[in-house]
Amino acid sequence: MKAIISMGAWLFDWLEAVGRAGIFLVQSVFRLPVRFGESVNLLVKQLYSVGVLSLVIIIVSGTFIGMVLSLQGYSILAKFGSEEAVGQLLALSLLRELSPVVTALLFAGRAGSSLTAEIGLMKATEQLSSYEMMGVDPLRRVIAPRFIAGVICLPLLSLIFSASGILGGQLVSVGWLGVYDGAFWSSMQQSVYFDTDIMNGVIKAVCFSVVVTWIAVYQGYECVPTSEGIGKATTRTVVLGSLAILALDFILTAAMFGDF
Amino acid sequence: MRSKRAELMVGCFIVLGVVALIYLAVQVSGLAFSSKKDTYQVVARFDDIAGLSSRAKVSIAGVEVGNVESITFDKELFMALVKMNIYSDVDNIPTDSSIAVLTSGLLGEKYLGISIGADDELLTNGSEIYDTQSALVLETLISQFLFKSGDSEK
Repeated sequence: MKAIISMGAWLFDWLEAVGRAGIFLVQSVFRLPVRFGESVNLLVKQLYSVGVLSLVIIIVSGTFIGMVLSLQGYSILAKFGSEEAVGQLLALSLLRELSPVVTALLFAGRAGSSLTAEIGLMKATEQLSSYEMMGVDPLRRVIAPRFIAGVICLPLLSLIFSASGILGGQLVSVGWLGVYDGAFWSSMQQSVYFDTDIMNGVIKAVCFSVVVTWIAVYQGYECVPTSEGIGKATTRTVVLGSLAILALDFILTAAMFGDF
Repeated sequence: MRSKRAELMVGCFIVLGVVALIYLAVQVSGLAFSSKKDTYQVVARFDDIAGLSSRAKVSIAGVEVGNVESITFDKELFMALVKMNIYSDVDNIPTDSSIAVLTSGLLGEKYLGISIGADDELLTNGSEIYDTQSALVLETLISQFLFKSGDSEK
């Protein structure tokens, strides 16, 4: 009996948290700062810290993943005598899967955790409540610009990841392994479609960006305002964010590419 | 001053993202913005197209002169009806030319190759190429070879 009661209580708590997170999402999206100039300023600052500062890790990891993919792909494709299909393998796997997913995972670790920690620390040092006391809505001033910056940045980062991955892969397969350059690009162009492959990758990245940034700002806003609480919230952001990305990726892939 | 620099970097970041999208579109998916070349449509009926897909290239002497627009099933003749667009600047293909489903490489993509005929009349919009050669299907080829070699042993 006790077990059932505690399970019910847990369920109610969980539903309540989901509801709170949902309301929080809607509120922070529709509460951009009223004055246009001010909101642009806040947004630019966040775009800088969320997007520009993530650029290096995205470009470096994209290049290396592209290079590894072409090495691995080449060694298998060479057995079938179709080395030039490495371009096709590289482009499709990057555009459809790897760049949205890996970018979102890196984003959760790099930008999501710092968002959570920053907002959590603001809460712990009572900056959020002093905003409220000044009559400034913290959702509007603190959360909304961060959320929107995250949603803008992740798709752009994913595109940059794909491009640098393909360039890195081309460097290895054409420059080093000796795949014929023309065949590399033409096999890629024959099999990659703009609307299905590239746009589906972008749609995936947009979905991931909403989920990751939502989790990050919510965890920061709702964390226990102690140093331990901030640490836990940051961990939860990375863990929950990564799990959500992987689960969502499966659903999106099944919906987009499942009908063979 | 600090904010100006941030704005500059954000601008660079967004431009970089858009450049990446354009790069992917043009270089990787081969989406050509000037691809609205004038074309005229020609049809052909094949017994078997075996893996030919729409957007495959149509070539003369190995040079691309058009692409396949659609492949449908002709219910009355039980044949594959292939509609293709040929670039308008290639307007001197004789009507008795033949068209074949070819494969680039051993396992590569299927494409159409036109062999030029000798007629004075030329293909125009909506005309049909009657002389068609189906794709070589590996299974058919192997079974023919097996039966042939069986016969010669008798």
